[in-house]
Amino acid sequence: MPLVKHGTFIENEWTAIGDEDALPGDGPITVSLVRWQKERDALAGHNGRLGLRLPADADPTSIRADLGRFELIVLDFPKFNDGRALSQARMIRQRFGFAGEIRATGHVIRDLLLFMARCGIDAFELAPERTIDDWRAAMREFSVWYQPAADARVPATELRHRAMAAE
Amino acid sequence: MYRYDAIDQRLVDERAAQFREQVRRRMAGELSDLEFKPLRLMNGLYLQLHAYMLRIAVPYGTLSSKQLRALAAIGRKYDKDYGHFTTRQNLQFNWIKLEDAPDILDDLAAVEMHAIQTSGNCVRNVTADQYAGVAAGEIEDPRIYAEIIRQWSSLHPEFSFLPRKFKIAITATSPDRAAVKTHDIGLFMKRNDKGEIGFQVFAGGGQGRTPMMAQLVRDFVPKAELLAYIESVIRVYNLMGRRDNIHKARIKILVHALGIDKFRELVEADFAATRDSGSPMPAAEIARVAAYFMPPAYERIETPVRAFEAARFEDRDFARWVTHNVVAHKQPGYAIAVISLKPTGGIPGDATSDQMDRIADFADRYSIGELRVTHEQNLVLPNVKQADLHALWRELGKEGLATPNLGLITDIIACPGLDYCALANARSIPIAQRIQEKFADPDRQAMIGELKIKISGCINACGHHHVGHIGILGVDKQGEEFYQITLGGSADENATVGKILGKGFPAEQVPDAIEKLVDTYLGLRADGELFLDTYRRVGIEPFKERVYAAG
Repeated sequence: MPLVKHGTFIENEWTAIGDEDALPGDGPITVSLVRWQKERDALAGHNGRLGLRLPADADPTSIRADLGRFELIVLDFPKFNDGRALSQARMIRQRFGFAGEIRATGHVIRDLLLFMARCGIDAFELAPERTIDDWRAAMREFSVWYQPAADARVPATELRHRAMAAE
Repeated sequence: MYRYDAIDQRLVDERAAQFREQVRRRMAGELSDLEFKPLRLMNGLYLQLHAYMLRIAVPYGTLSSKQLRALAAIGRKYDKDYGHFTTRQNLQFNWIKLEDAPDILDDLAAVEMHAIQTSGNCVRNVTADQYAGVAAGEIEDPRIYAEIIRQWSSLHPEFSFLPRKFKIAITATSPDRAAVKTHDIGLFMKRNDKGEIGFQVFAGGGQGRTPMMAQLVRDFVPKAELLAYIESVIRVYNLMGRRDNIHKARIKILVHALGIDKFRELVEADFAATRDSGSPMPAAEIARVAAYFMPPAYERIETPVRAFEAARFEDRDFARWVTHNVVAHKQPGYAIAVISLKPTGGIPGDATSDQMDRIADFADRYSIGELRVTHEQNLVLPNVKQADLHALWRELGKEGLATPNLGLITDIIACPGLDYCALANARSIPIAQRIQEKFADPDRQAMIGELKIKISGCINACGHHHVGHIGILGVDKQGEEFYQITLGGSADENATVGKILGKGFPAEQVPDAIEKLVDTYLGLRADGELFLDTYRRVGIEPFKERVYAAG
């Protein structure tokens, strides 16, 4: 699947390791939450970067203490209209202060991209037919927002009262 | 009322442009119908039995005369010269062409309106007390907070793909006219021991096939933290609500499954972690929005108003309308006038484009240019001088808008039913019309007194049948329309779900059954008792016996 980050297609350098697969000696790998919980110590000794695949039904607070071990959190959108990972992303990015990559996978539709970005997701696995122009257009559909979220966009309330204070 | 600033305007303009592009992609075949569906739903566009239906948001039921004229014009240009006011205080057009929808959104944006989130699994239009700002005994105008919630919920990045739709209602008076406890989140404004104003938060109410009343989550949330607290409630729901079964996906099912104590514990834990980083509601923003809801410059009027009292004395029909359709205003010499959209034999909640234009004129002439839509599908002129009531009533009469039946047996709530709706099992409108015809005599209606009949054409309960004093539910019985009757529901602060009377009736027997219920009540009522009082005193049995008696 094509992967977008920072407004451009990038190579996916991460290998997804299944729960029964042998661990490779090195290199960036992602593992499931189940495997992480079972083999925490072995994985902590992995000679390479570590990523975690978090299922949509997982409570993000259960991995809060472990976040420092990971450079990538992979979130899942099992259906296009399943918004659980939006809450997960915002918690991990905004509340827990995770600075690594948060990647959206699964049924990632164009019309959720901007919401995903606002919730702290910064990498997107897109359907093969999507173009980068299309992704950029989707990101530009709205220029004003009413709510603070996990990104740097300034919400309306703040803009209004900044303007009032400057007067 | 609230006016858009440049930010608000930009958002609805960008939304209209986005939808125009989505429609273009759909028409060009770049989007499948399946992919397009959630996009159009987020803009209130449903595919009904015969055409597209467009649901337009009327935030907390407040409209300006200019907006109502724009709606009339849309009805004329793109529909069949009429619109339908809904139980969610919104307006629906029933005969819309897909290719016209982007132009309609532009027309709406030009008068500071939109159709954002009037459908879809997101936070829907916030509803409020229809007499907000003009009712006596109000803690504060709840529309200030309804508007702040409207803005906060619009395009909320985290909460636009919830397990199911999510409805918030707010009131600041008792009695509760907004049926607050039948909502996913219900907010009652209140004052705490220290005299500060805040919100009592209920969650988990809803109608549909499993009606439940919302339960108390927190007794007092200060203003500054209201949005953060609502975010915590919805976050728990977004993460934990069921997504495997559409019929079990509302928050009421989650609250019920966890129990209110466990649910509260989860909300409080989330709130403790996010109260500082969640959406703030700064005092400066409250003050900015509140300025739009300042009371108008009322004249000082000496009461009683002699001309009004004289007209009431001399004109019996006017007096009847005043008794039923005029509500006390907080300002001496003023009145709240309700325009019934329930004429006998009409379609509950419908208004023609011409009527809308005329009502907009009346609002300008008699009510400082403002109107309200009620969840009972009527319109309100909130600021009428008592001295003008007689002239207003005469003008309304010429337009067929002076039906004196507010709260009476013919003031029926009905969903669109099988005449329009793809979900319905049975028709609602003709049932309402036959009952209205049976009880058309205004003296008889007045003698019966307050009696709320609510009709839904299917179990989704858009016609609020669960909370009708008499509820009527259309069901499909082997291909035939059948109607189940419930008794004793109510939507006020003591909200209750009605009890099923017994086996259902075919359409033609419903009016007679209603008449027997009414006669039973009239035979049993003690002095001053309303239908609901008598029912609560005597229970369902006497009604059952009478309706199902042989012969």
